[in-house]
Amino acid sequence: MIAEIWNWLSDSAHWHGPDGVPIHLREHLQYSLIALLIAAAIALPLGLLIGHTGRGSFVVVAIANSFRALPTVGLLTFFVILIAPHIHSTGTATYLIPSEIVLVLLAIPSMLTNTYAGISAVDPAVRDAARGMGMRGSQTLWQVELPNALPLIFSGIRSSFLQVIATATITAYVSLGGLGRYLIDGLAQQDYPQMASGAVLVAVLALLIDVLLAAVQRYAVSRGITGRYSRKRIVDPAEQQAMIAAAPLT
Amino acid sequence: MTSIRALTAAAVGTGLLLVTACGSSSNPTSNAPAGNGGSSAPTDTIVVGSANFQENVVLANIYAGALKAKGVKVSTKLNIGSRETYIPAVKDGSIDLIPEYSGVLLQYFDKSATAVSATDVFAALQKATPQPLTVLTQSAAEDKDAIVVKKETADKYSLKSIADLAAVADKLTLGAPPEFQTRTDGIPGLEKTYNVKFKTFKKLDAGGPLTENALKNGQIDAGDIFTTDPLIDKNGWVVLEDPKNLYTAQNVLPLINSGKASDTVKNALNAVSAKLTTDDLVKLNEQVSLEKQNAETVAQKWLSDAGLA
Repeated sequence: MIAEIWNWLSDSAHWHGPDGVPIHLREHLQYSLIALLIAAAIALPLGLLIGHTGRGSFVVVAIANSFRALPTVGLLTFFVILIAPHIHSTGTATYLIPSEIVLVLLAIPSMLTNTYAGISAVDPAVRDAARGMGMRGSQTLWQVELPNALPLIFSGIRSSFLQVIATATITAYVSLGGLGRYLIDGLAQQDYPQMASGAVLVAVLALLIDVLLAAVQRYAVSRGITGRYSRKRIVDPAEQQAMIAAAPLT
Repeated sequence: MTSIRALTAAAVGTGLLLVTACGSSSNPTSNAPAGNGGSSAPTDTIVVGSANFQENVVLANIYAGALKAKGVKVSTKLNIGSRETYIPAVKDGSIDLIPEYSGVLLQYFDKSATAVSATDVFAALQKATPQPLTVLTQSAAEDKDAIVVKKETADKYSLKSIADLAAVADKLTLGAPPEFQTRTDGIPGLEKTYNVKFKTFKKLDAGGPLTENALKNGQIDAGDIFTTDPLIDKNGWVVLEDPKNLYTAQNVLPLINSGKASDTVKNALNAVSAKLTTDDLVKLNEQVSLEKQNAETVAQKWLSDAGLA
């Protein structure tokens, strides 16, 4: 089986034309990124707001979590049948819009709950200190709560990414492209090397994206929070105290 | 610490991917029953499978009901997938019996088959069916793939048969299941037999809601829809004639693992085939897809009306 997958992947015919890997990879990233940007635009501000104010958290988080229980493929068919009569287009919009709705619904819960949880879990003493230093509510949110919550927010974004990249395969079920084409066509045409190669491509893509986001996270999160200092030299405790004090975000 | 977290995230991510990949497809290489796993049934039980469209599910329920009425132990594995997926499952014994259609099944076993009439197809099919599989007596009920267009489209391009499409297909979009791309009577057959090449091919489902809605709403101009689909009558769609018999006779018949075809089983299934007609199929489909009745209830009702259960 591994040899068959390798043969499929190394066959140059599969890397060209309308059914080639580059085209489907681009479509896959396109579908995923659109969904993630929309989801982030909804989930992150909402999470910051309810985390900061502590209001409405129960309702919003309960609704967001109930999205997780929705059966994605069923929802996709439902939206296609619901929306298609209103779109008079022979292009892809008829199928792209329902697909994006489903992917956005999938991406929201992780980002929303993690953002909310990250903000509300900030140590009250830190928050009090910020207020004691004369910070306003919005300053506390941007300069204290957000940097402290960043590791958790990032993990929310990363799990949303993984879920969406893996699930964007279902867009092929409703005639769109993406790497899911290989899974759906491979199954229907009994071409298992094609199917398995599609699965490998999706897995590799998801891992690469996650490594990329891990790198972004590494440089975005304050060292005062991760405690990530050079291991090469032994840090004098007094100097370390000074560094923590000098870390820009605390 | 960070790297451990990254590794965990990656591991969890990969796990999710694998789960998703398995969820969206039955694993063809395993010996477990197709569709869903689980323990294999005891040897005296007949496992009835079905393809992933409503009519086949109802037929599988009719077979199962007819066998149960004769005291045969039955379990079902419905909605397995396309022929390319479930035939291997019948071969390896994870399912024993499945409702089939004579013409497409013959083409599946013998890509060079030329028989078109119901009798010829059945005779050829009996020869072509490989051990341990066998087919039982065919019914008069027939359900063919057909190229279906809206009345407006048929009027606009004066379409009566698939042959009329040759001149205009380069402006039209076809909707059909993904396997249509490689099937002998799919895209290759349309090109070879009728010289019909569509502008675009949208990969949808096998005559199901996606294809029906796409045709209704104009996302596709022609669809691969089954002749027993009640929506054809309801919407006044036009079934294009097939003068060159690209779509051969498609009589409903049981495909069974010969080890499980005892006389009781054969008699029960032959009794079903003797009663089943194409009109019955349209009515059964209507009850399931338009009136939203449960497939098992509809099957039971047909059996009791036919005096078989």
